[in-house]
Amino acid sequence: MDFITQLLNGLGLGSIYALIALGYSMVYGIVQLINFAHGDIIMVGGYAIYVVLVMAGMPLWLAVLAPLVVCGLAGMLIERLAYQRLLTHNAERISLLITALGVSIFLQNLFMILFGSETKTMSPLFGSDSFALGGLSVTSATLINIVVSVVMMVMLQLLVNKTKIGKAMQATSEDAGAAKLMGINTKRIILLTFAVGSILAGVGAVLYINTYQQIRPTMGNLLGLKAFVAAVLGGIGSIPGAMLGGYLLGVLEQLTKAYITSEVTDAVVFAILIVVLLVRPAGLMGKNRKEKV
Amino acid sequence: MALLETKDLGVIFGGLKALDDVYLKVEEKEIVGLIGPNGAGKTTVFNLLTGVYAPTKGAIRFNGQSIIGKKPYQINRLGIARTFQNIRLFKHLSVLDNIKVAMNQHMKYTVVEAMLRLPRYWKEEARVAEKARELLRIFDMEDTAEQMAANLPYGQQRKLEILRALASHPKLLLLDEPAAGMNPTETRELMETIRRIREMFGVAILLIEHDMNLVMGVCERIYVLDYGTLIADGTPEEIRSNEKVIKAYLGG
Repeated sequence: MDFITQLLNGLGLGSIYALIALGYSMVYGIVQLINFAHGDIIMVGGYAIYVVLVMAGMPLWLAVLAPLVVCGLAGMLIERLAYQRLLTHNAERISLLITALGVSIFLQNLFMILFGSETKTMSPLFGSDSFALGGLSVTSATLINIVVSVVMMVMLQLLVNKTKIGKAMQATSEDAGAAKLMGINTKRIILLTFAVGSILAGVGAVLYINTYQQIRPTMGNLLGLKAFVAAVLGGIGSIPGAMLGGYLLGVLEQLTKAYITSEVTDAVVFAILIVVLLVRPAGLMGKNRKEKV
Repeated sequence: MALLETKDLGVIFGGLKALDDVYLKVEEKEIVGLIGPNGAGKTTVFNLLTGVYAPTKGAIRFNGQSIIGKKPYQINRLGIARTFQNIRLFKHLSVLDNIKVAMNQHMKYTVVEAMLRLPRYWKEEARVAEKARELLRIFDMEDTAEQMAANLPYGQQRKLEILRALASHPKLLLLDEPAAGMNPTETRELMETIRRIREMFGVAILLIEHDMNLVMGVCERIYVLDYGTLIADGTPEEIRSNEKVIKAYLGG
């Protein structure tokens, strides 16, 4: 019984990684950029909640909506200001990567100046009830995390596979040059991809605050890194892969905490990444696509 | 007024004149050939016409307006569509989706309508899917609709590229070596198809081709490029007997 409880807690934790991993994966899929500033988008979302709920004392529904809007806009703004020119001029991927690191450091320092570097705490957004599920005790946060992440993945799958916007994303990902010549405004599609990924990170921020009730300017570092690991583990570029990677990471982390010791959690998690990539270099659900020449 | 007209068109790549003084004209519903030895600059002309490269000098007028400085997707929406010498399909999308991508701007629904799956989303998706299937019927390819484009045999991939180009409702279709890799029977079929496409869609066609049977058989007028400049233009008969053309092809 205890094991199943730990499993559920792990899935709850993994849901947050999964939502962030989706953003990494989508952006990588379309422009082959590892957007290291993506983790910091969660932090931006966290502060959006803090400002709306604690500082301005506005109602809860606004505190849930605000991070989605703020993160979406932040993602688009970052793409427009930091990446777009590099992408249009076909810059080396390494320049993009360095830019992403720069954006990450900039955001962290900006928020330190704006809000101070200390950790701020809040109360859970949706209460802290526990439910008895057939002898198991599960927190509401765990349940909400799992349900919301699954709903988000289904919606994203529908968007990417069943709509003209999604098809345009896939076409741009595969051959942006040809997509342009078929009438696709690829710049707009790339911007939209950043927006969608960042909105998912905004959802992740809501779940994170509800689960852990605290924010600080550097919270995106480890969170972003782990979500990135999740995306790579699942096969970067694949939506179900990012979800699988996120859940897997969360469960492994929780089980290590519960049955080994919380001190080695991160060591175990990253060791697993290395082993999985040795065996399956493209990740668990990644296609072994050849590099474009 | 011609559908497409270029004047004194030229482009320089790193000090090298890739094209110079190119005057082209394509009338509505005309089938025009662009031929020349390897490296003469034929594909470069296509890249200028579609906005992939910006010309260093000269003018391009299409359907009464200048298209210089316009982006490739804008030029496509104005009515120029193309195929590629080396096939560039979206290999991991289905055959049907390859065509639907080119119809993207003709699908009238918003992200919100799509996510809430409102009636207009279903109606538009169904309408466009039906149009895409109609296009597939031209080449008897309806039964390949759900296949991944990468799994089609080579000949059908070439045909799918033509259909994808037609899907964006062009007034001018640019075909870059459509007969490459085809056997004589397939090439003869292709000639028929090119004529049929012109009748069905009322498009003008400008094609690059090395297969002289196809060029002479289907084109009403032909331009000949050599070392980036035009050395001749005229009807197939005139081109066949043109001294400069014979020299360019045979060397000397």
